[in-house]
Amino acid sequence: MTLEKHKYDVVIIGAGGAGLRAAVEAREAGLSVAIVCKSLFGKAHTVMAEGGAAASMGNVNDNDNWMVHFRDTMRGGKFLNHYRMAELHAKEAPDRIWELEMWGALFDRTSEGKISQRNFGGHEYPRLAHVGDRTGLELIRTMQQRIVALQQQDARDHGEAEKNMKVFAEVTITEILKENGKIAGAYGYRRETGSEVLFEAPAVVIATGGVGKTFKITSNSWEGTGDGHALALKAGANLVDMEFLQFHPTGMVWPLSVKGILVTESVRGEGGILTNSLGERFMFKYIPDVFKDKYADNEAEADRWYEDQDNNRRPPELLPRDEVARAINSEVKAGRGTEHGGVFLDVSKRISAEIIKKRLPSMWHQFYELAGVDITKEAMEVGPTCHYVMGGVEVEPDTAAAVGVPGLYAAGEVAGGMHGSNRLGGNSLTDLLVFGRRAGKGAADYVKANGANPVSEAAISKASARIEAPFARTGGENAYSLHQELQEITHNLVGIIRTGQELTKAIAEIADIRKRSGNISVSGDRKFNPGFHLAFDLDNMLLVAESTAKSALLREESRGGHTRDDFPGMNSTWRQVNHISSFDGDKVNVKAQPLPVLPKELFDLFDVHELEKYMTSEEIAKGGSK
Amino acid sequence: MARTLKLRIWRGDDKTGGLQDVTVEANHGEVVLDIIHRVQATQMGDLAVRWNCKAGKCGSCSMEINGKPRLACMTQVAAYPEDEVITITPLRAFPVIKDLVTDVSFNYKKAMEIPSLEMPAGMKPGEPRMQQVDVERSQEFRKCIECFLCQNTCHVIRDHEENKKSFAGPRFFIRIAELDMHPLDMLRNRKKTAQEEHGLGLCNITKCCTEVCPEHIKITDNAIIPMKERVADEKYDPIRWLGSKIRRREDVL
Repeated sequence: MTLEKHKYDVVIIGAGGAGLRAAVEAREAGLSVAIVCKSLFGKAHTVMAEGGAAASMGNVNDNDNWMVHFRDTMRGGKFLNHYRMAELHAKEAPDRIWELEMWGALFDRTSEGKISQRNFGGHEYPRLAHVGDRTGLELIRTMQQRIVALQQQDARDHGEAEKNMKVFAEVTITEILKENGKIAGAYGYRRETGSEVLFEAPAVVIATGGVGKTFKITSNSWEGTGDGHALALKAGANLVDMEFLQFHPTGMVWPLSVKGILVTESVRGEGGILTNSLGERFMFKYIPDVFKDKYADNEAEADRWYEDQDNNRRPPELLPRDEVARAINSEVKAGRGTEHGGVFLDVSKRISAEIIKKRLPSMWHQFYELAGVDITKEAMEVGPTCHYVMGGVEVEPDTAAAVGVPGLYAAGEVAGGMHGSNRLGGNSLTDLLVFGRRAGKGAADYVKANGANPVSEAAISKASARIEAPFARTGGENAYSLHQELQEITHNLVGIIRTGQELTKAIAEIADIRKRSGNISVSGDRKFNPGFHLAFDLDNMLLVAESTAKSALLREESRGGHTRDDFPGMNSTWRQVNHISSFDGDKVNVKAQPLPVLPKELFDLFDVHELEKYMTSEEIAKGGSK
Repeated sequence: MARTLKLRIWRGDDKTGGLQDVTVEANHGEVVLDIIHRVQATQMGDLAVRWNCKAGKCGSCSMEINGKPRLACMTQVAAYPEDEVITITPLRAFPVIKDLVTDVSFNYKKAMEIPSLEMPAGMKPGEPRMQQVDVERSQEFRKCIECFLCQNTCHVIRDHEENKKSFAGPRFFIRIAELDMHPLDMLRNRKKTAQEEHGLGLCNITKCCTEVCPEHIKITDNAIIPMKERVADEKYDPIRWLGSKIRRREDVL
């Protein structure tokens, strides 16, 4: 059989928000673009985002601006964020939202007819543009329809819709190809037929999203297998801060079949309260010192905030996600959990059934159909679920270029740095758009300056042999069983609360599974064969898990999405350190690297007393870099 | 609360295939997709099925369960009596690729044929002002998760392959309605082209599409019927269309 070959200027791996935004940008720069995705077009995990997209448009409270958003993002990330990414994101997010509206997005409106904005954890003002609780669907559909509009334009101008931009749906990329130290293309197979396909392109944008399927309880769809993280590592790029995983505080816990499915933070944004089995509204007990001046310590004030935000502090249910997840975990551990090991989340007491159904329609639907619970009348049972990876490919903030690999770019969840140790809700959707656009532009500029870089026959044969391997074996390991074993290990030993001893054990056990995974055999043939597909996904998840466990073992403090039982506090010295994972062909190595220093103009945006809670006295004395 | 479940799953490809009997354990609260995954992991490693979110949000796991077009992730096993055999087959209106996976490319071709949104010339990002009440009609249709169950069940194409060429199907009638009702869309004649180019006239309002919609979009009542009525109106009175469009524009600008 002859190999299917394509030549493009830019290949984009992943068709979620970041990938599609990158594609539009590269196409509008006059380049030819292939969009390659594992699912059908329009099914990416972005579709599951519920709450909204954070952008300081100031439509609801005009005190909001990029500086307030920047400060909130840095606080949420416990100041481990790459300041430049947080700055670019805060500055550009409003433009990215308004642009979506020009492409057909229909956000909910204010009474003045502007885009409405809702409250969310860690955001000082109402900031999230939203469409009920299906904002991600609106984003993905708008981007999908923008791609179609551009293709229609190409059909009119050139008589060929797919001349400049084509979607290759249901294709898995197994390898990013390099020649002479630079990107040359990508290799993979069509899921439908199992036949192999080569993309020659001097620039590749990785936009593959997250790693949730490495864990047992997750809000992620099956696609979240860390493909881009692993592809980047193998191509010689670095991952930064892989120890930081966000456990969303509110996933469904019952029935078992739906355990982990997301319950949007908007439930709390709209007034939902958390209580334990004793009926206590427990979050008041869990306000950390760094947030004491911004969160109400009593119910009366918390309740007043919904009516008067200028004169009251926020309810502690709206603390950043890491804080709420740890609090729920502690309550359950202390024996004050619900029958199914969660806590209660109740929105029925504060808002009417009619408004619940209007503002949280898919939550109502999800609980009614999957759990038999009517959230307009009763409380939901919720608990933490693996939701988001803050760590990811180390990139240059302005261009989204992967450090160390010319021609490689990364944007969205797969990129690291933007969110520090913990992401604020709502910052993901605008992250996708801001850095998706920047990656598309970065890749386009690179291609214009560098030109083609042909792939060698040797590289093709090597990539092809790897795809064939699982079929050549018989009686080997079962990919489904190994995946389940991996999920048990990460859940038990690399989960929401960690210890050095458990992490050491996890590293050894992950290595054992990785060894056995070299002997996976697959039943059936190549045609749409999920067992075969999983063998490749698993290989990616194993590298991600190894990187996470090793980074977590090194970080001897607790911060954001990394909690060490044996090192419970936050430590200002550790804040100056990023963990950089690289791959030597055999194993993942992790080393410490200094965190970029906040420049003076951004340093000065904060009250120095607030910075003292995070920074060492030497850092404070310096006052940021000049 | 485990129970033993008897299933018949269609296995095969574009050439041959048939129902295979499977016995599998099911736990309390599980949905049909959970069961399919268990069959995959323990008995049929290469059983082909599409799925993504397992939360009713992406519209990937569309199939026919006891002959009814459904999302497998939103179909509770408990809905079927203990002794009932559950039969799982691929969508019937689209060609089979393998097992429960069908070729749905028809829908992506149709999407390409619907003219995109046309914003008012000169309008800049950040300028649009729309009232909630005016966007809500289109928002209902934008809830669509593109599961294509409505396309699959519509008898205009379900049993008449020959109609596919000239019929966009319910999913794209709501897309046209969404754009037609979009407060800022400037393209005229959407309803007319729906009738003349996209086969709206072939629909005889049996509401099968509305019945299977997992998002409970009132496809027939809120999209198809209003478009059909106004197509009829405008045939007699084209000034009406122009008048309504101009008035709407003045509200906006």
